Amino acid sequence: MIMKKTLKFAFQKSLPVLFGYLFLGSAFGIMLQQEGYNFVWALFCSIFIYAGSGQFLLVSLLSGGATLYVTALMTLLINSRHIFYGLSFLDKFKKMRQMYPYMIFSLTDETYSVLCSCSAIGGIDENKALFFIALFDHLYWIAGSVLGSLMGQYLPFDFAGIEFSMTALFVVIFVEQWKSFKSHIPAVVGLVSATVFLLLLGANNFILPSLIVTVTVLMLCKNKVMEKVGGET
Amino acid sequence: MAIDYKTAIAIIAVAAVCTFATRLFPFALFSKSETIPKSVQYLGKVLPPAVIATLVIYCLKDVNLSQFPSGIAELISIALVVGVHAWKKNTLLSIGLGTACYMILIRTVFA
Repeated sequence: MIMKKTLKFAFQKSLPVLFGYLFLGSAFGIMLQQEGYNFVWALFCSIFIYAGSGQFLLVSLLSGGATLYVTALMTLLINSRHIFYGLSFLDKFKKMRQMYPYMIFSLTDETYSVLCSCSAIGGIDENKALFFIALFDHLYWIAGSVLGSLMGQYLPFDFAGIEFSMTALFVVIFVEQWKSFKSHIPAVVGLVSATVFLLLLGANNFILPSLIVTVTVLMLCKNKVMEKVGGET
Repeated sequence: MAIDYKTAIAIIAVAAVCTFATRLFPFALFSKSETIPKSVQYLGKVLPPAVIATLVIYCLKDVNLSQFPSGIAELISIALVVGVHAWKKNTLLSIGLGTACYMILIRTVFA
């Protein structure tokens, strides 16, 4: 009974990611296919790498025949924002015991956002709910990339613009946190810092400097934020 | 395939390990400590709204401001998502309407 309710809760929470991942995943599958790698390659990439922008980068690394050093450096750079995500789940994931490694592995932008916006309800197993949200998202991504490389050009409809559903997901979570979070300083700092660095440094280089400045500013106004947020920290 | 499959597998393996490494980093950093430092607890608490805000901008990074329609379709659709979500508080509805609006705009007004 608890299991059924937990699965239902996790599925509902993961649903906003479904469409975005199916289509972004299939975009990856199509690109990989065009470079001469069939669905088996797409399947393994999406199981073991599992990163949106990282896998798009991978396609160009494969087609250019990049060295392993370049691959490592570029992958670390493009995913560098992830080093900040775990900070919000240090204790929570540890308590999940055997699921702990998988939760770390599967912490993509979208799963991170959904987990952040997730407050548990009664009658469910919270740890399992978090795990199933992560797992469902991963499965959508895998399914999308395999479907993309299999069907590729035969899609009956032009889906251009469907990727906006990911933007919309982040905007929805932004609105929810704006309402529930007692201090607006973190959201404003993140927004301003990202905008300024995007304009200064351009699309490919802005996110890491932006996040470093955000963290620094948040540390500097710790007292002011904690006054509003409260808690023992 | 421009390269042989062994090289391709090596590239994929390196990408997988490096991706996992970035996600593992904070957990590895604080795995030994019994209690997590207060400042890190604080960051864990306040970073989500800041990171989500950053991700919204990240999604808009490829908008070209110097060339028409310079992100107007994105702006209108985001405004719709904010409005509908503040009003109805239904995640799927907000995302669905916003995405539909965007897909229609880029095919009609801003085609």
